[in-house]
Amino acid sequence: MKLIDLVKEFGLEVKAGSGHLDNDVTGGYVSDLLSDVLAHAEDGVLWVTLHIHQNIVAVASHKGLSGIILVQGRVPEQDTMAKAEAENIPIMVTDLSAFELVGRLYKAGIRGA
Amino acid sequence: MMEPQGKEQGTPDRLTKTQEMVYELTVGEVMASKMVTVGPDQSMSEFRLLLRDNHISGTPVVENGKLVGMVSIEDLINALYDNAISAPIRERMKSKVECLYVDELLVHCIAKFSKLGYRRYPVLNRNDELVGIITKGSIVEGLLKKLEIEYEQSEKKAALTRQRPTMKKFFEDVTADEISFTFRYNVAGQDLKEAGKAASELKNALKKMGICAPLLRRIGVATYEAEINLASYTKGGEIRAQVEKWGIIVEAIDKGPGIPDIERAMQPGFSTAPEWVRELGFGAGMGLANMKKCADEMELKSSVPDGTHLTMQFHYTS
Repeated sequence: MKLIDLVKEFGLEVKAGSGHLDNDVTGGYVSDLLSDVLAHAEDGVLWVTLHIHQNIVAVASHKGLSGIILVQGRVPEQDTMAKAEAENIPIMVTDLSAFELVGRLYKAGIRGA
Repeated sequence: MMEPQGKEQGTPDRLTKTQEMVYELTVGEVMASKMVTVGPDQSMSEFRLLLRDNHISGTPVVENGKLVGMVSIEDLINALYDNAISAPIRERMKSKVECLYVDELLVHCIAKFSKLGYRRYPVLNRNDELVGIITKGSIVEGLLKKLEIEYEQSEKKAALTRQRPTMKKFFEDVTADEISFTFRYNVAGQDLKEAGKAASELKNALKKMGICAPLLRRIGVATYEAEINLASYTKGGEIRAQVEKWGIIVEAIDKGPGIPDIERAMQPGFSTAPEWVRELGFGAGMGLANMKKCADEMELKSSVPDGTHLTMQFHYTS
């Protein structure tokens, strides 16, 4: 499945990296601990988090993640969006809570790696 | 037909790329399908305006969807000479027309150009309907386009298959009493804003040196964690990376305050992170454990209050 499919299906708001929505999503990971993501997220997974600061882009970039979804309508910081553009990491926003979003992603076929 | 021209010295007699392409491309692929046409009952003076406005020198004559002739600037000059500028095109056009079919190979088309000497040919489909026009210009354009596409494809393929020289290979090929590559990055303390920069710069540098992706990822993650630690807990310090014959050493060296109990610090979940660090999603006590997992060897030395010296080794896998 590609990011663009999820963007359409769940009405995600794309905040950065709109040129890379054809990234393949190989799975999902939810965590608000950056070290946990660094340790356990696998290549190509989509990351669901509530953090909005620029370190999330560094983490996604180091792990080769396909994208980041921010939950509860959180707005990424300006620096975060700029960095995401530079590092080609798509950042999307949903109004749903993490629990709700992940449930729907799972239903759509996204699995934990 | 396409004879090999200007054979290069020493190269065997073989088909050039262009010669190959004229056997692959069809007339339909290079013709212009958008074209200007005239009706046989229009006058030659109307035809003159058409030539002027469209910057062309000839066009097919079409009646009820069927091609009935070709008219060119040459016919216009003759009409002027005969004082027949008001005559209908029907009377001045060439009605015996050489045509090409849309599915003919370009090689036949080129032969026709050199044999008959016309500057343009109408192109018909197999129902004898006019579908386009072909000139020498469109042939050149078509060939160039095809060359460009094939060039791009071969470039892409080459980029995919291009073997980066690995560092291991480099060290095998180069001799010196001592070779070393060192990268050094300063990391500010008490500030997570810029943290991660050194790790990603280092990763880029090592990528350029041909370090393979999986190893690169391990080094990236471990260095990132080390950098986060420098930024979160210390007065600042530096990340140093050294590229060696057998692998890569990454060191994180800070100016204090040092770790009082290393054994405890190494335990997953143990953290002394202040609130501001935890708010950013760090400080869960996993950093050192992560680094240990990524590195092939890890050593942590610390003295209070002078500082901490972390050394990680990564071995080349291929």
